[in-house]
Amino acid sequence: MSKQIDIKDLNIYYGDFQAVEGVEMQIKPRSVTAFIGPSGCGKSTVLRTLNRMHEVIPGASVRGEVLMDGSDIYGAGVDPVNVRREVGMVFQRANPFPTMSIKENVLAGVRLNNKRLSKAQADELTERALRGANLWNEVKDRLSLPGSGLSGGQQQRLCIARAIAVEPEVLLMDEPCSALDPISTLAIEDLINELKDKYTVVIVTHNMQQAARVSDKTAFFNIAGTGKPGKLIEFNDTSVIFSNPEKEETENYISGRFG
Amino acid sequence: MPTSTQTTATGPAAGAPGPALGPAVQGTRPKAVIRPGDRIFSAATLIAGILILAILAGVALFLLAQSKDTIDAQISDPSAITGGNGFLAYVWPLVIGTLVSSAIALVVATPFALGIALFTTHMAPRRLAPALGYVIDLLAAIPSVVYGLWGIALAGNLTEFYLWLSKWFGWIPIFAPAADGSVSNTGRTLLTASLVLSIMILPIITSLTREIFLQTPRLQEEAALALGATRWEMIRMSVLPFGKSGIASATMLGLGRALGETMAVAMILSPGLLTASLVVSGNQTIASEIAQNFPEAAGLRLSELISIGLVLFVITLLVNMAARAIVAKTSVKGS
Amino acid sequence: MLTTSDTTSSRSRSLTSKQLPKATPWVIAVASIVVAAGISFLGLGRFSIAVTAVLAGAINAIAVFAISAAYEGRRKAVDRVATTVVSSAFVLACVPLISLLWLTVSKGGAALDLNLLSRTMLGMKGVLDQQYVAGEAGLAGGFYHAIVGTVLITVAACVISIPIGVLAAIYLVEYAGKNKLGKAITFLVDVMTGIPSIVAGLFAFALFSTIANVLMPEAAGIAKTGFTAAVALSVLMIPIVVRNTEEILRLVPMDLREASYALGVPKWKTIVKIVLPTSVSGILSGVTIAIARVIGETAPIMVTAGFAKNLNWNLFSGWMSTLPTYIYDSQLRPVSPGDAAIASSERAWAAALVLVALVMILNLLARVIAKVLAPKAGR
Repeated sequence: MSKQIDIKDLNIYYGDFQAVEGVEMQIKPRSVTAFIGPSGCGKSTVLRTLNRMHEVIPGASVRGEVLMDGSDIYGAGVDPVNVRREVGMVFQRANPFPTMSIKENVLAGVRLNNKRLSKAQADELTERALRGANLWNEVKDRLSLPGSGLSGGQQQRLCIARAIAVEPEVLLMDEPCSALDPISTLAIEDLINELKDKYTVVIVTHNMQQAARVSDKTAFFNIAGTGKPGKLIEFNDTSVIFSNPEKEETENYISGRFG
Repeated sequence: MPTSTQTTATGPAAGAPGPALGPAVQGTRPKAVIRPGDRIFSAATLIAGILILAILAGVALFLLAQSKDTIDAQISDPSAITGGNGFLAYVWPLVIGTLVSSAIALVVATPFALGIALFTTHMAPRRLAPALGYVIDLLAAIPSVVYGLWGIALAGNLTEFYLWLSKWFGWIPIFAPAADGSVSNTGRTLLTASLVLSIMILPIITSLTREIFLQTPRLQEEAALALGATRWEMIRMSVLPFGKSGIASATMLGLGRALGETMAVAMILSPGLLTASLVVSGNQTIASEIAQNFPEAAGLRLSELISIGLVLFVITLLVNMAARAIVAKTSVKGS
Repeated sequence: MLTTSDTTSSRSRSLTSKQLPKATPWVIAVASIVVAAGISFLGLGRFSIAVTAVLAGAINAIAVFAISAAYEGRRKAVDRVATTVVSSAFVLACVPLISLLWLTVSKGGAALDLNLLSRTMLGMKGVLDQQYVAGEAGLAGGFYHAIVGTVLITVAACVISIPIGVLAAIYLVEYAGKNKLGKAITFLVDVMTGIPSIVAGLFAFALFSTIANVLMPEAAGIAKTGFTAAVALSVLMIPIVVRNTEEILRLVPMDLREASYALGVPKWKTIVKIVLPTSVSGILSGVTIAIARVIGETAPIMVTAGFAKNLNWNLFSGWMSTLPTYIYDSQLRPVSPGDAAIASSERAWAAALVLVALVMILNLLARVIAKVLAPKAGR
């Protein structure tokens, strides 16, 4: 599993408003890439174009190419539903399905995609996904209870388990720790380190320390002012970005001079 | 970030991107595939939506079609229409009766409805309040035919009150007694019907305004109290201004309900010619005229009743539109 | 609005101020009633509940203001008067509503028995009622046919309006976005909510008479059937179902839809498997409220289904009675005129009790559904 993502001259629009301009980037398989930048710079928007989730917002459109192992996910005849099966996503706020138990939540993606599972397969997949999300030991005795009964951090790991249960190639995370306490955050960060053995992970974060801790590569986005499109300023190894960035803008941001 | 704050559910089909507005998108990219499941399901919901349009058009259309006989008679021989003076002469006393009874009901019910809504939301003991709200909702659900039954049973008790009214306030035309100084001895007058109507729409207006009052932002209320306002001052500063448009629309809905209410009036009122006085027998409303005459009607009479139904439909339509206009004008900006 | 001068500048700032004892309003209220009763007795020479109530309310409000203003200051007095007036309005408004419930329960309860529930009006003669009034026989007749008619017509109305209503609401929330058609539907649903019920009945009647005229011009009166009534009720029910369902669907967080899309689930399946199950309790309770609302409708039934005296299980042919039309018919067109009309009235009250109970049960059911089926939230 795990695929390489090539972003070529990506422009994103909301109606007539251009939100993001000219992004070029290559994301290697089995790595963690962090998107950082001030609020409104378009980093979440770029993330959501990687599995065509931005289309949920009326009027959103895209120009440019996003190649997943060479095939354009915006090409002719591509079904966004299929794209999303390859590219999983974890959101800012944990959002387990309230009507489903923990186990049903994990299996939701597979079941809703019409795959029939025997009970043994289902049990096996549940355990594998929950172990993969470091949650198994905490919930194995209460798999049939509602997912909304878990703590915030557990819920977020449940959402990660749900995302990896469909066996995607790529895992997108949109500020997955912003609503969590430090201990839960640490648990998620540990998990991200393990996940990169199998998946291409892209994470948006507001927390620069987190980007420094978990990612191999970091992309810094910035915006020139309100109403202007967001731009990719610098994309490099995390160590370079945080120690010796090429651009002054990046330097200013990571040293806390703005944003 | 626009993406993460989007919470309303207004997205286009996930399988189909929204209207492609990016300059080059339409040219370079063919529309994404739409799955058959999505196509069938969205078509089904669309059909249901369109069906609603069709039903409403149908209401107007079929009423109009069945009114054809009346229109023909109006043109060729107006004296054939009930009353012998054409359709307008037939319908206008009914329109007046309808409007007057609804207006009285509204004037009587609204202050009480506001009082109850305020009482149950801001004044009643905390533990009692939800139960009271629930009782109001239940009362709003009591069928009008039961109100009619109740009104018949108690109408006689009002005779004494009407006598007193006509004695002291008889100089006002609406309380004038009949020529021989009497008032209706059964109490089944338009005023009685209007009062029963007001009791009927009371729970409806109350339950709507109650909801509005409950939605008053807690912070605004607390801000007022923190300034040292008494409870009544708090209500005047935050609750009432916030609820203004809601109250207006609740009242209008109540009016719409009163206009179209058939049974209570049909059962209570002993109908007659249009008179100014509300305490003697007489007057009639459109809905009640239809209900009382429909079972035996045939031919032209049937068509007449359907035509006055159309008139009622138009009146309620106008009232509802007025209500929307009022709500649009008075709604609180930016909240 | 806030006049702070009297409390801050004239006196030294203090956290305590004069306050009337807690029981004061009650004492004043009781005293007002006694005084009002006295005046009523002296003025009219007899005791009148209505006069006493009106006088007591006025005296109470004035007394509360005077006493409070003299002791606690003007602001507090206005607050107390407002509280008094609002509370009095509440009590006054409760009187007719309680009276209505009381009459229904007492009159209906006195007449209601199993016989009424299990018999129809078939073969009913005035003579039977006269015997009953003379005390020679029990109350004859019944409204089994009306109960059956109510259930059949309501179920048929549900079958028509629930799918249309729920699907249209889904269209509005999930597909329409802000497009013109969506706006038009929303507007027309608003308009439909305001359609007088009798107009809905006339529409259904006009629709089916027009169809009947075209298909078989010689068969007069064929348009009046239970199904026509069901169509009339649907016109009233659809907007309620759409409104309630729409409101509930909009409450489902966008997060859940996005979570589902991100798992590669198609939109329609997201709606069917995620959005609807999450909101099912709200939808069902809204539908139940809608049923409770239309089950008590009289006017649309009487113009579409007539008044049947016998049991009719066929929705598509012949007249049908429902409880509301039965009540209306019994009260206004008694089987036996004159003194024996009281028997018909008693049957009407018994049917009214059954109808009110039915409506109450449906409303309670809606609450229970909303509570029991709601997704278990939180820890």
